[in-house]
Amino acid sequence: MGTINITIDGQEVKTRTGMTVLEAAQSAGIYIPTLCADPDLKPYGGCRLCIVEIEKMRGLPIACTTPVTEGMVVKTNTPTVNEVRRANVQLILADHPSECLICDRRERCGPLDICLRNVAVTERCVTCPKNEHCELQAVVDYLGVTEIPFRRTQRSYSIDDSNPFFYRDLNKCILCAKCVRVCDEAVGAGAIAIINRGYSSKVAAFADKPILDSSTCVSCGECVAHCPVGALMPKENKLPTEEVPTTCTYCGVGCGMYLGVRDGRVISVRGSRENTVNNGFLCVKGRFGFDFIHHPERLKYPLIRKNGKLVKAGWDEALGLVASKLGKYKPEEMAVISSAKCTNEENYIAQKFARAVLGTGNVDHCARLCHAPTVTGLVQSFGSGAMTNSINEFRDSGCIFAIGTNTTEAHPIISQEIKRAVDNGGKLIVANPREIDMVRWAYLWLQHKPGSDVALLMGMMKVIVDEGLADQEFIDERCENFDDFKKSLKNFGLDFVEKTTGVPKDKIIEAARIYATEKPSAIFYAMGITQHSHGTDNVIATANLAMLTGNVGKAGSGVNPLRGQNNVQGACDMGALPNVYPGYQAVVDADIKRKFEAAWGAKLPDKPGLTITEIVDAAGTKKIKAIYIIGENPLLSEPNITHAKEALEKLEFLVVQDIFLSETAELADVVLPGVSFAEKDGTFTNTDRRVQRVRKAVEPVGNSRPDWQITCQLGQKMGNGGFDFGNPSQIMDEIAMLTPSYGGISYRRLEEGGLQWPCPTPEHPGTPILHTQQFTRGKGRFIPLEYKPPMELPDKNYPLVLTTGRSLYHFHTGTMTRKVTGLNVLKREGTVEINPEDAARLGVADGDMVRVSSRRGKVTARAKLTGVSPVGVVFMTFHFAESPANMLTNPALDPVAKIPEFKVCAVRVEKA
Amino acid sequence: MMSSTKSFEEIRNRAVSEWEALEGSEKPRILIGAATCGRAAGAMALLDVIQKELARHKIEAVIGQVGCIGLCYVEPLISIAKPGRPQIYYGDVTPELAAQLIEDYLVKDNPRADLALGSTGEGEIKGIPRLFELPMLKPQVRIALRNCGIIDPENIHHYIARDGYSGLVRALMDMTPEQVIDEIKRSGLRGRGGAGFPTGLKWEFCRKAPGEIKYVICNADEGDPGAFMDRSLLEGDPHAVLEGILIGAYAIGSSEGYIYIRAEYPLAIERLKLALRQMEDYGLLGDNILGSGFSFKLSIKQGAGAFVCGEETALMASIEGKRGMPRPRPPFPAQAGLWGKPTNINNVETWGNVSAILQRGVDWFAGYGTEGSKGTKTFALAGKIVRTGLIEVPLGITLEEIIYGIGGGIPDGRRFKAIQTGGPSGGCLPESLLNLPVDYESLTKAGAIMGSGGMVVMDEDTCMVDVARYFLSFTQNESCGKCVPCRLGTKQMLDILNDITHGRGKPEDIDLLLNLSERIKAGSLCALGSTAPNPVLTTLNYFGDEYEAHIKAKRCPALACTELISYYILPDKCQGCGICLRNCPSEAISGDKRMIHIIDHDKCTKCGTCLDVCPAKFGAVVKVSGEEIAVPSEPVPVKPLKPVKKDTEATGESPASGEA
Repeated sequence: MGTINITIDGQEVKTRTGMTVLEAAQSAGIYIPTLCADPDLKPYGGCRLCIVEIEKMRGLPIACTTPVTEGMVVKTNTPTVNEVRRANVQLILADHPSECLICDRRERCGPLDICLRNVAVTERCVTCPKNEHCELQAVVDYLGVTEIPFRRTQRSYSIDDSNPFFYRDLNKCILCAKCVRVCDEAVGAGAIAIINRGYSSKVAAFADKPILDSSTCVSCGECVAHCPVGALMPKENKLPTEEVPTTCTYCGVGCGMYLGVRDGRVISVRGSRENTVNNGFLCVKGRFGFDFIHHPERLKYPLIRKNGKLVKAGWDEALGLVASKLGKYKPEEMAVISSAKCTNEENYIAQKFARAVLGTGNVDHCARLCHAPTVTGLVQSFGSGAMTNSINEFRDSGCIFAIGTNTTEAHPIISQEIKRAVDNGGKLIVANPREIDMVRWAYLWLQHKPGSDVALLMGMMKVIVDEGLADQEFIDERCENFDDFKKSLKNFGLDFVEKTTGVPKDKIIEAARIYATEKPSAIFYAMGITQHSHGTDNVIATANLAMLTGNVGKAGSGVNPLRGQNNVQGACDMGALPNVYPGYQAVVDADIKRKFEAAWGAKLPDKPGLTITEIVDAAGTKKIKAIYIIGENPLLSEPNITHAKEALEKLEFLVVQDIFLSETAELADVVLPGVSFAEKDGTFTNTDRRVQRVRKAVEPVGNSRPDWQITCQLGQKMGNGGFDFGNPSQIMDEIAMLTPSYGGISYRRLEEGGLQWPCPTPEHPGTPILHTQQFTRGKGRFIPLEYKPPMELPDKNYPLVLTTGRSLYHFHTGTMTRKVTGLNVLKREGTVEINPEDAARLGVADGDMVRVSSRRGKVTARAKLTGVSPVGVVFMTFHFAESPANMLTNPALDPVAKIPEFKVCAVRVEKA
Repeated sequence: MMSSTKSFEEIRNRAVSEWEALEGSEKPRILIGAATCGRAAGAMALLDVIQKELARHKIEAVIGQVGCIGLCYVEPLISIAKPGRPQIYYGDVTPELAAQLIEDYLVKDNPRADLALGSTGEGEIKGIPRLFELPMLKPQVRIALRNCGIIDPENIHHYIARDGYSGLVRALMDMTPEQVIDEIKRSGLRGRGGAGFPTGLKWEFCRKAPGEIKYVICNADEGDPGAFMDRSLLEGDPHAVLEGILIGAYAIGSSEGYIYIRAEYPLAIERLKLALRQMEDYGLLGDNILGSGFSFKLSIKQGAGAFVCGEETALMASIEGKRGMPRPRPPFPAQAGLWGKPTNINNVETWGNVSAILQRGVDWFAGYGTEGSKGTKTFALAGKIVRTGLIEVPLGITLEEIIYGIGGGIPDGRRFKAIQTGGPSGGCLPESLLNLPVDYESLTKAGAIMGSGGMVVMDEDTCMVDVARYFLSFTQNESCGKCVPCRLGTKQMLDILNDITHGRGKPEDIDLLLNLSERIKAGSLCALGSTAPNPVLTTLNYFGDEYEAHIKAKRCPALACTELISYYILPDKCQGCGICLRNCPSEAISGDKRMIHIIDHDKCTKCGTCLDVCPAKFGAVVKVSGEEIAVPSEPVPVKPLKPVKKDTEATGESPASGEA
């Protein structure tokens, strides 16, 4: 990027090649009025307000599209340009309900005052929620417009308030098209467009219907966030008095956001532009899904079961009861289930409590149910079970291979990044049995059968090896065990692969060629890869593929597991796993154990404990007698929940710490009220290993307490010290001391923004890309694989395959999102997505209630006929307690990762 | 398949001998002008009749459908040639007349000189003038339209026989791309879409722009109201345009192109599709064209009829599948056009000229026109003119020569008032400018533009404020809505003009119009907006007094603005016959037999029926504007007949604004 010197209004400005005059002026602090320019969007040139005079250029060029050139002399504020600008603004005002804008009494006028000018206006600035932060007002003031010489016109569109979160009042629209552009360019939803021509031009959803009826609107609210006037406004439109920077509590993307606070309540959310993860963008849950924080059903005080009923209790009584009960069991009779929703500090404290106070290794959390194979698989191949690259690299990838990830629904912000890559010429290959939204963007779609991932990936690798497309230099220098692996490819002739996966040979060949040649190539995967009885093999296959083509350790490449929960990465990092201490330091390593015993001043168990599914099983056999569950809801998330419920009911003592009385909490003996992310300090580690701050925005509701504090208080009651932390910052300091990969992380440094581990020292800048010089384990290890079919396949009695997943509008077991009214408007119930062909055979019509049964149970839900599901496959989300998909799923476990096979089981569908 | 020039020569020889055989045919030849305009006038019915008549008389003849020769005022047209005799053209042919002609000429050998327009080809027939000596055709020079109306557009051999594709062969075989560009530059050819940018220079920019992939586009999105030059050329001689596109693509270094044509031109699309297939069959399209190593792919993209899609960047957005909205430049299409690649767009007629230049040479082409505006320009001559038609004239010809020479002046003895060139972006020029030479600079200087070739003649019954209002309503409706000055500025101007034509105009409105015009011109994103005020500015400039009359006296001098006119029944002329009363659709007339009739102005809808039906011998109904005529308050008996003075302003029918 060369430097270009230009002059703006007599001021020398240093700019770079490719900058526009507008950007140059803004960088020099020179204001040029504009209503359609936006740093998130491509230049548009519609409002014609940023016109300037440039020496040696004809006419009045617009600053937002004119690139800077050396020696350019720009004047931004001449009478000529202001005349034209003023005319443009006057034209807008003549068509905008805006008498107040040019009223000299505006400042003094309140919303309820009778207008002294007595003008016939339907709506005045003082009643517009955008008043005083309206960009049109700013422009009017800058240009000093005081009169409108034109004929007043008035559009009379009815207000579209169909969306639960925002309304559209096109009467105030100035047609800058920012909403249309952001929906198309950044979000990729394309839900709105400008229709009609001339004065009738307007922004409309498909067929000019209310936005809620638009099939592609994802309610992310980017249109609202970008609207410069009051045409698109959130329904909750009060202005916050304070904004607190924090990190989103939903998925693992880790978007930066500001919680807007007013009168002690969170009333708004704004994306953080400075955060390179999301660059200010948010999805519907992040932006609008905050109602749960102040929901009336929040737990406000501890509950103790007395005479079979949960009754209100004081903290001393509740904590005392828990401490005395847990003190009675042997270590191996107890377990702690920690939470991927809680902060790093809380997970650290939870596992420390389990190991140092209860003396048990039985500590785990729900990562077991999502990404355990990522850890078991990638650790074998690379030495580290985390996403190798960073989210903001992929817009420049040559190829994106998305397998087993419904990115648009589960990781919306990352799907935007993938769409950006496609816009930039990258080729997207989607491998998914279902025709998910990403298929629309795909260069190639491989519709493989559920559970045939290993065959598909090995088939691609065979093509790459056979066609000499492998990166032999990378393999020779950086990897090991290639020959063994190569031999295992022999079993994956393309005829076999085609038959096993259902994907035509030529598509497999094309995919292999694109992946191997359009570098850098990045693999994305999520639960479509991991939630199988051979999930570890699936993960290893992706690692083999990346190593085979040298797509590791380089920007825009890598193997990128997308983590589901906000802090599932952190919960693993913090050692809320039965076999490792924080930082994946093995429990079985005697030196490590000694280190922790010294630091914690306690004797620690020397064997790995049980996993979450094993804990539930052990409860069923009464080997486990007491469990302390922090912020998890296994009664919806475990496979075969009938079995899980029976098991938990057999417990002698169950403590559940949560923010709502979840299905699991209802079974508890003691319920401890924790707090939401908005009420506490801490850190989350997102999917690209970025440790980011969570900040307290409001006081805990009622008598609830931050989870770290509750566990610490239990620790203090039961242990010998080590739990007297005054704030989470002190906990992080202890984490840094004991965890090499977090060694350089401190709250002081996190004030500057997130840090990606490994970050071993206070001077280390963090690690955006893993394995750049060598793999974490030294050499990357190729691992031979063989094809294993899913444990349960369709048969005569259960002829369909059920696969499960997520919806954009809900999160996990719905503990939070089901409490957000608007999200329940957008998706109010679980559905069974079924191919119309299957439905016809079963006599099921769209909207019929159907009963889905498997060998483990049955649920009833509404059928949704859609071609998204292939013939023979039905799909359900697991968010809804009314139609719990996990009543049906198969608890068959991956032998290494112990993850259940959520993605494939055999079911029967009947009309209910 | 033809893969080398040698085999092209073979094809050419075959085409020439076929053409010669046709010309020297032993059978009579009948050609029917069957472009869309001819069809609309009934050409296909003629075809039926002629076939039946020939069968009835057992005459074997060659029937051909040709494109438009441009004589719109006498559509439908047929021509008949007997072996060895010239081709005779007949106009305004009805089915009966067609049958009559077959009988008279082919059976009885009477060429019906009384019905003939003119003749072409060797020899003369007594009493029939030479077609191209007719006043309408004599001043014309046909370069783009060289084959229109003469060849069968669906027969590629016809085109090839008349030097078709010799320009492409020359370019591919004998010239480098740079030489082709140089030749086009030397020819002085300028964009015929309206803006008049030098074509060779435009190509050079695109050729020099860095990038592997480049696109060439033919803009056939003809959108000016009343314009049909491009449609006629595509329907009459598609290969002339296609050859030009190929030459341009070769010169620019492009291997892929699009023809963007509005879907309302189904015949042109059909003929283009056929022509593309023929080119493929002859190896003139696709890989390694004529063995030259040059490959080119050409697709047709149909537009939905948005006027703004004639604008280059909006057109490209439309091809990309987006809403047709212009985008700011830079970057110019030559740098970053279709899908961000360097792109060259030329209009249909420009491409038609390119093939002619390469076929017949720079000097021949540059021999026509003026120093700054070389060659010819086609116009759709329409409006209040005797001979409407599609014409092609050398640039530099005066407006007067076009209007009175070619067009034959104003019909019905009425006075010329204005000529509108350039469609909605153009302007209205008054009688005082009739000597203006038609070239890019002169028209622009006068406040109009060359445009793509719309030319509408207006007579004294046309209200110039109403004309301006009409064009503003067109541009306002066609504005893409993207930029503020165009979307809202033209709306304001339209509202003001509506007020003025409705008698609600205010004295300050003229200044407001001028101010708005200036700012819309300065601030608009694309040419649609920046030229939209032109019709208003030129009418204000040349016909300011009409605005004044509307605003101050509430009078429409042309008696065209409904809101400003009134009908009166003159008491001294009305004979109380009751015809007007019976015909008035709104029951606004009262009266009785032998009683003077009176119009109730509250009920009158100003339809003009009373004026139309009042017997000419009475002439009792008058249309006036800005004045009141004293009439009795209720019907009174008529006075006996006596001669009256000629002092009324009674006129014929009012001109509908839609005719403009």
